[in-house]
Amino acid sequence: MSSRPIETLRGIKCTVREWGEGAPLVYFHGAAGLLDEEPLLEQLGAHFHVFAPEWPGYGDEETEDALEDMLDFALHGWDVVTALELDAKPVLVGHSMGGMIAAEMATLAPQSTERLVLIASSGLWLDEHPIPDLFATLPFELAPLLFHDAAAGVKVLTGGLDFDDPSALGDFLIGNARRLGTAGKILFPIPNRRLSKRLYRQTTPTLVVWGREDRFLVPAYAERFAELLPAAELAWIDGAGHMAPVEQPTPIAEAIVRFTRA
Amino acid sequence: MSVKFCWFNLMPWPDLPDDFREQNRSVWVDIPSSLFDPKRGNEVYHQYMDQLEYADSLGYDGIGVNEHHQNGYGIMPSPNIIAAALTRRTSQAAICVIGNSIALYNPPIRVAEEFAMLDVISGGRLVAGFPVGTPMDTNFCYGQIPALTRDKYYEAHELIMKAWAEPEPFAFDGKYNQLRYVNCWPKPIQQPHPPIYIPGGGSIETWDFCVEHDYNYSFLSFGGYVAGKALLEGFWERVAAAGKDESPGRAAFAQIICVAETDEEAERLYAEHILYFFNRCLHVYPGFAEPPGYRTIKTIKAGKLSQLAAQAQRRFQTLTWKDLVDGGMVIAGSPDTVRERCEHMIRELRLGTVFGLFHMGNMPDEKTRYSTKLFAERVMPQLQKLWPEHDSDSRWWPTPYAERVRPAAPGEANR
Repeated sequence: MSSRPIETLRGIKCTVREWGEGAPLVYFHGAAGLLDEEPLLEQLGAHFHVFAPEWPGYGDEETEDALEDMLDFALHGWDVVTALELDAKPVLVGHSMGGMIAAEMATLAPQSTERLVLIASSGLWLDEHPIPDLFATLPFELAPLLFHDAAAGVKVLTGGLDFDDPSALGDFLIGNARRLGTAGKILFPIPNRRLSKRLYRQTTPTLVVWGREDRFLVPAYAERFAELLPAAELAWIDGAGHMAPVEQPTPIAEAIVRFTRA
Repeated sequence: MSVKFCWFNLMPWPDLPDDFREQNRSVWVDIPSSLFDPKRGNEVYHQYMDQLEYADSLGYDGIGVNEHHQNGYGIMPSPNIIAAALTRRTSQAAICVIGNSIALYNPPIRVAEEFAMLDVISGGRLVAGFPVGTPMDTNFCYGQIPALTRDKYYEAHELIMKAWAEPEPFAFDGKYNQLRYVNCWPKPIQQPHPPIYIPGGGSIETWDFCVEHDYNYSFLSFGGYVAGKALLEGFWERVAAAGKDESPGRAAFAQIICVAETDEEAERLYAEHILYFFNRCLHVYPGFAEPPGYRTIKTIKAGKLSQLAAQAQRRFQTLTWKDLVDGGMVIAGSPDTVRERCEHMIRELRLGTVFGLFHMGNMPDEKTRYSTKLFAERVMPQLQKLWPEHDSDSRWWPTPYAERVRPAAPGEANR
């Protein structure tokens, strides 16, 4: 893995992590941000040149004020792709909030997307399956909501931080306010910015990947994405909750490789 | 100006059950609506409005209302409705609406119109409050995006002030409001505008906003004057740093006050009702208190407010009457005790206005009136002249229109 700073045409600076070489695959992280260890991206690096940019609000550069609504996020996503100077159309992969943005990007420019992969993607709302309010969820409630294995999830989420240390807690609060404050612009109070009425445009093949044990975005959302997308395929992942890329990276990597080679 | 005393009623629901805390996660946002009984509400609203009118008759400088939504200790989602009723049966007190959460009104020109109506009907007695709004009200009940709330608030403020000031219709091309013909009709009696009070909870941006515009900063908490001192010191530092005068009229503070003949009687009469408030009414689910993005990074860095709030929340739940009185959350006792503590508070915090919280929790009407009357007659007169050097400063309080009309009695013509 390596990482480097890039700057978009608009002048937004961000960090991009990279793995492997080959055909380009751009991965957009969810509201939690990129973790120190990203086993899925590491495994995908054996088959692709993986690029994982950080969204504004998630890195050291304080550029998040520039993004205010869904169109800002989607265009910023394409600005990042442009700044990467790829030699081929990328596979776009997004997890959770990153899936929502990747899907919006694809509906804006389906011709520029080689393949789309949505992993436990946000962006839809079903009245019969209300999504838990991430913004009113206390830290200790997060792991059971987001992970199939809650005990393992706690370790991932805290990243080894000691919350009894006031300075560590203070840094965490500031980071969390920036990250989820930014995410709230497209996820609060209902994570639905009318993606459903635009998905018909995403005519390039899409793989919808979902953990069977996702308690945050329940599997009905996977089925709804598959219904709305003109060319979708569903891949169910056993033993995975909403944080499927962390919990079951190998079957997800295999599904993506199989799908993109098909 | 003399020190102003505003009699404030939060309008709490008085019948939260004994096991409210055990059975419910929050008094605010998702409180079960089955706990509200509309027929009982008929009595409760009238009792609270009668009390506000009683305060006017006793000579309080102002009577105060505010806006909360889906809240068991504030059944006043629309303070303007209460304020409108108060304009009719009161004649002297300023009508303090502290205030309208201007980012929530769509378009905010509605606030310019309704406040102008209140000012005109009351004969220039309106104090206009513009809160950014709590996360519970603004974000969770009314769905505003936390990280954009403040930006939307600033735009709403700009629109309202311009709507009051401009003599001709104008177009407003805002980020959140696009209006082709802004033409506030009616306009307020008080010119250029009623005194503006900005209620806040300690955001640095709000301090600077008040200082820049010469608005009153109203620190509203239930933490009391001892804890409030540190925050108001921060505000006064910003005033000094900006090179502005240090008129006490720049600052207001909300304080729970209970008066009886003796300190012992105060405890006997009021303790259970104050503890009802602290133990049931302040039971707010912490997940609603601090959505990421609501506070700016600057404010978090400065104060670590989340932690302070969390500590305060825990503290409230185990406090006794003695803790509340010693800690200054409540000023209670004989007229002498209350006078001495209030004077200390007014001088230490440098206050021009005190929002006195006399009715709290499930306090019965007769006790509320007893305390209210004792304060008006035996405490207030001796506190009003604490800032003689600022007597001529009239910027922070309404000067009502001298020839304002009094409502006619029902069935009679008005002159």
